[in-house]
Amino acid sequence: MIGQAVLPTPELVFEPLLPELVLVAFAIAGLLYEALAKRSESLIHLAIGLVGVALAAATSLWLWNWDGPATVLGGTVAADRFAVLARVLLLVVAALGLLLGYQYFARSGDEQKGEFTPLLLFATSGMSLIVAAADLIVTFLALEILSLSLYVLTGLTGRRAANEAAMKYFLLGAFSSAFFLYGVAMAYGATGTTKIGAMALALTGGGETQALALLGFALLAVGFGFKVSAAPFHMWTPDVYQGAPTPVVAFMSAATKIAAFGALIRVLDVAFQALAWDWAPVVWALAAVSIVLGSILAIAQTNVKRMLAYSSIAHAGFILTGLTAAGSVGIRAAVFYLVAYAAMTVGAFGTVMLVSGRGEDRTRISDYAGLARTNPIAAALMTLFLLSLAGIPPTAGFIAKVNVFSAAIDAGYWGLVLIGVLLSVAAAFFYLRVIVLMYMQEPAEASVAEVSPTYSGAVLVVPAAATLVLGVFPGVIVGVIEKASVLRW
Amino acid sequence: MNKLLTLTTFLPLLGAVMVLAGGRGLKDDAARWLSLGVSLATFIVSLVVLGRFDPSAQEPFQMVEQAQWVESIGLTYTLGVDGVSIWMVLLTTFLFPVSILASWTITVDVRRFMAAMLVLETAVIGTFVALDLLLFFLFFEALLVPMYLLIGGWGGRRRVYAAIKFFLFTMAGSAFLLLAILFLYSKGDGTSFRYDVLIDVAGGLPATTARWLFLAFFVAFAVKVPLVPLHTWLPDAHTEAPTAGSVLLAALLLKVGTYGLIRFNLVLFPEASRYFATFVGVIAVIGIIYGAVNALIQTDIKRLVAYSSVSHLGFVVLGVFAFTQQGVTGGVLQMVNHGLATGALFLLVGMVYERTHTRDLDQMGGLASVMPWLMGAFLFTAFASAGLPGLNGFVGEFLVIVGTFAVSNWFGALAATAVVLAAIYLLWSYQRMAFGPVREEHRLLPDVSLREVVVLAPVLALLLVFGVAPSLLTDRIDPAAEAVIARVSPDHSPDVVPAERGVPTLAMGESP
Repeated sequence: MIGQAVLPTPELVFEPLLPELVLVAFAIAGLLYEALAKRSESLIHLAIGLVGVALAAATSLWLWNWDGPATVLGGTVAADRFAVLARVLLLVVAALGLLLGYQYFARSGDEQKGEFTPLLLFATSGMSLIVAAADLIVTFLALEILSLSLYVLTGLTGRRAANEAAMKYFLLGAFSSAFFLYGVAMAYGATGTTKIGAMALALTGGGETQALALLGFALLAVGFGFKVSAAPFHMWTPDVYQGAPTPVVAFMSAATKIAAFGALIRVLDVAFQALAWDWAPVVWALAAVSIVLGSILAIAQTNVKRMLAYSSIAHAGFILTGLTAAGSVGIRAAVFYLVAYAAMTVGAFGTVMLVSGRGEDRTRISDYAGLARTNPIAAALMTLFLLSLAGIPPTAGFIAKVNVFSAAIDAGYWGLVLIGVLLSVAAAFFYLRVIVLMYMQEPAEASVAEVSPTYSGAVLVVPAAATLVLGVFPGVIVGVIEKASVLRW
Repeated sequence: MNKLLTLTTFLPLLGAVMVLAGGRGLKDDAARWLSLGVSLATFIVSLVVLGRFDPSAQEPFQMVEQAQWVESIGLTYTLGVDGVSIWMVLLTTFLFPVSILASWTITVDVRRFMAAMLVLETAVIGTFVALDLLLFFLFFEALLVPMYLLIGGWGGRRRVYAAIKFFLFTMAGSAFLLLAILFLYSKGDGTSFRYDVLIDVAGGLPATTARWLFLAFFVAFAVKVPLVPLHTWLPDAHTEAPTAGSVLLAALLLKVGTYGLIRFNLVLFPEASRYFATFVGVIAVIGIIYGAVNALIQTDIKRLVAYSSVSHLGFVVLGVFAFTQQGVTGGVLQMVNHGLATGALFLLVGMVYERTHTRDLDQMGGLASVMPWLMGAFLFTAFASAGLPGLNGFVGEFLVIVGTFAVSNWFGALAATAVVLAAIYLLWSYQRMAFGPVREEHRLLPDVSLREVVVLAPVLALLLVFGVAPSLLTDRIDPAAEAVIARVSPDHSPDVVPAERGVPTLAMGESP
């Protein structure tokens, strides 16, 4: 005889999960098409993917004016504008990733990869769930969904380097997941709940379990640090970025950061907001180490993808710099940085793909010599993205840096900002080196660059325009970010 | 029309877009003429600005334009000119058409070269008219990119090294500037980067904080000026840059540094300025003498002119930090004069190099007999640069030295020795170029062409005009200089505002 009230059934409100449901449905449709069709066409895969993403984006936008409960499904999924903005951003990145991937596999002459689109949609569904997760168990679930899909995507081409990267990513990723889960357990021990809202309430009172909660936070920070590739948990990043297919890197470098930072923001500014004084030094240290290591190690790289990988470590540090300021100031700065970073990193890797021709050829930095002569459009695009990554006005990267620095100074961490501005100078050196090669040196060999189809250049118009527009008129998105920087729980 | 400054600032950018948008369809010559036309149009617009500028007006800043740009972080689009910046703007708009015309000999990637020039013009004008600190910083950083591309793309043999060195030095300096601006911003109510707002914020800071901020601003501008020992990028950049690059670097980009010192260091941190005045004076004097002595021993004519810049810019800083009427006015005057004279010297050196293909003084000789007009122009400019009375260099140097003597005999006396050294290195270099036996391969070199006459004539004419009638400049500089001094002088107290001119408040007025 089981009592009737043993398990309270939460009211089932599925609307806030519509984007994920759409994505998963289309991913399954893609898998079925691949399995059932006699000869699958990559164009149809692309269409399935794009329609899925577009529908998911439409449902996300519809949620902008959601007036239902703040969290649904028993308080495990948040339905706020922060989630909407992060999802739309993720979906734009996913669409760009799909378009780049289509182009990549069409050109590389690899065996057709029907799994690419479904896997990318699965990954996106995990990412889009994690930014809305209001329960650490759901966060973990989403983290695994996105990670497993990314491990496979990394090794998708079956090249040696790709396999090696996928293996490394998987092993280290599994390790970090364990840390994360252990952190969840500690936090549960300290607060008696895994829901971030309830956790916040439990921690507000102080009490003797704070130490346990902080230990839990430290373990969670390891897990997040791994996903956002913050030093010293960055070891996998250069190898994976170098080995994975370029369009996958373009997608995951931007999307993983958005997703993981989205979840981290909820953990910092909701669950552990009462302990802000205690976690701020941890974030400070992660930021400083990431900026220093990322910027300095990038100088020694000879491969463009590897260099951009180290630069992405440094950028994780800059975003963390913004997050040292607790509350909406920090959230706004970090979210703007994420938008800007998404634009410039997708753009940069997209251009790398444009230049590299078939597969992963010509990704050494020296291959960029004289690019301004052989492919002036690719050179101009790369210059724009690199200047933005370096934080030179009038690009998005500049405004983004000003935002995070100003948030950190507001919070009193001008020492961190000093580290940030100085290392930005060091970072400018390696970005400039590529520009030097492109514009100031002759092409190394007679190999005339393969004239890339206008199609791939056209995809990059989106990130290029975003990089410029956000640099000159950041106002266009600031209002949206302001509305989205209030977390509901 | 109230958007004159916006028009002046962004007209060149529009031109750059046009040049680039033309694509391969735009022939090289068309790109050249288009750029020249745009830069001339900009010059004409800036003349209108000068015409509307009222030297006797009450408010220090005129033709002010103000609009919100990024409301969330308090970035405003605020432009305006005073008696200092108006001359910097005119110097810019005047030298750009000259430099573009002097760059007719560039034959590689003409469109990209011209586009970089025009983008640079927008950025330079922007730094001079911006009255919002973040906006200023934006232009200040943005001008690095086109200059970097000009040096690295069209420069001499070691151009890449020089370009990167230039970029990194300046960017390292401006890192501190950004930090200081953000710090100042956070000390206010965190809603505005506007100049007048931040002046008030800076006024309320504790002395120690203000001194640290002063140093942060100072480092950024000292790299640009450049003051010894932060000058090492300059000889390389000047030597390797194409002619137009050297002209613009010397005439304008260095002025951004001294302009920044006057506009920001002195006005935002008057107490700290006084505190560090002796320190800055010592550095300036070291720079004056170090630059002059280094110029003496150079055999590369371009390097020689580059080191003379270090020396001359030292004068500007010395004059400004004397906090006397003559000193500041003289410093600003010297900024304009050095821009014209050194600009002309680099133009002439470029023309000589295009003929002889050497910059080595020992490889030249007797050129006066081969190209008398060109060498004549060189001598005239050398005199102006050395400060011969009657030409423009004299008045500025004289005022600086007089203004400095009023404060310190030592500084004045040491600075005066550099005037003698300048005469020596300039005349000696002229002698080695112009006199002596003509080298065989130089015997048939042509004298100035019509294009070169058009390039040089207006600059040389101004050297004479401003030498004879410096009041053309000083009439407008004086009130602005007074305002700065009133702010920085020890007996100035922000509560007591002298009635006449309303100068020390520096509140931004409406445009007439």
